[in-house]
Amino acid sequence: MLDTEYTEYTQMHGGLTLSQSDKRPMYLQIMEQIKMQITVGDWKEGQPIPSIRQLAVDIGVSVITVKRAYQELEREGIIVTQQGKGSHVSTIPGLGASLREQELQQHLENAMRVAAQLGMRPKEVEKRLRDAGERLAEKETV
Amino acid sequence: MNGLAAELNAVSKRYRYFLLDKVSLKLPEGQIMGLIGANGAGKSTTIRILMGLVHQDSGEVRVLGHRMPAGQIAAKRDIGFASEDMRLYDSMTLGWHMNFIRSIYPAWDAAYAQALLKRFSLCADQKIKGLSHGQRVKSTLLLVLARKPKLLVLDEPTTGLDPVARHEILRELTNVMADENRTILFSSHNTQDVEQISDVITFIDRGRIIDSMDKEIYLDRWRRLRLEVPLGTQLPALPGVIDVQQQGRLAVATANAFVPDLANAYENSGARVQCIQNMTLEEIFVANVEHSREEVEA
Repeated sequence: MLDTEYTEYTQMHGGLTLSQSDKRPMYLQIMEQIKMQITVGDWKEGQPIPSIRQLAVDIGVSVITVKRAYQELEREGIIVTQQGKGSHVSTIPGLGASLREQELQQHLENAMRVAAQLGMRPKEVEKRLRDAGERLAEKETV
Repeated sequence: MNGLAAELNAVSKRYRYFLLDKVSLKLPEGQIMGLIGANGAGKSTTIRILMGLVHQDSGEVRVLGHRMPAGQIAAKRDIGFASEDMRLYDSMTLGWHMNFIRSIYPAWDAAYAQALLKRFSLCADQKIKGLSHGQRVKSTLLLVLARKPKLLVLDEPTTGLDPVARHEILRELTNVMADENRTILFSSHNTQDVEQISDVITFIDRGRIIDSMDKEIYLDRWRRLRLEVPLGTQLPALPGVIDVQQQGRLAVATANAFVPDLANAYENSGARVQCIQNMTLEEIFVANVEHSREEVEA
């Protein structure tokens, strides 16, 4: 039985790839990519996801690293693991959208942090944000 | 499951210029252990003792339930061992070797062997003497993998390989882990390989085990803190910090037992923590070896 599985594994990468130039630990990269799969709707709410061992084989990293990523995702409520039944994407309605929301929140906080370092007031940041929006809109109409 | 595939208990071996000093190790079934150390640290000696190829002066070695070296004949049925000094017959083809190993080991999986030939881009009809270094390494590994041994022991499997060959081999090793009853021990000084595929990391330096633990926990404990130190501020000596380098107002502290409180303690002393960085296994390797040598010399 294992023989046929061996050939399947190499063809399937679970859609996840790790980057060596990404300085963050591998488990964080895995978490981020799983969130991305959920955000774009490839992994749907309640959908079963690969077992830890399976995903480790698919992406070619150690079991312990994927386990760590799953544990952290579970702590964040993004996936649910049931003993003996494996893991699935959490059934929270609108999970994909809320992950995107979180991402936006993070970008905004980062922007505010840099702005504070530059000594910029919130009003100025607001203006810069509007400008950026306008520039983007112009680009899209071209 | 959850048993130990191999265990070393206070194993010592003295050579004229080298001492393997009371090495203790536990290798849990279903995991990949990466053994790292500089050249001459004792990786190969440890592996050879584990295989029963070298007899320890003292200490106990147990592999797949067999006492070593006494039980090595029984143990070797289920161990696949590959090292660089393993010789294949130059004038014979890879296919000849495959048939030969197949005749000895009933567990040989012919379909898997064919799949490996393809994945490693090898040709069974080619004579060994015409193979490149990378092709030889991959051939040796194919012969070992297709036996589907419970325990794979690989001494420097990726040394001297080009990136493509290295990648093929690492991928094949992680494929083995689809079966949770199989175990891999491999040595390497390529920290990137070890970081990517091991569950457990064991550090060996100058014949002693410095650390052996869960990779995620291990990587998590090491951090580099970049500090801004105002003039007149004295950085406190904190537990878990093994090294502080300061030049002017900037300092870098390296911690091997990081906890968030460490950053608070620096802040409380008047310094500002600019950032807390994760470290790659390579950086940890160097810092750890330097630190443990300082300790030994102190």
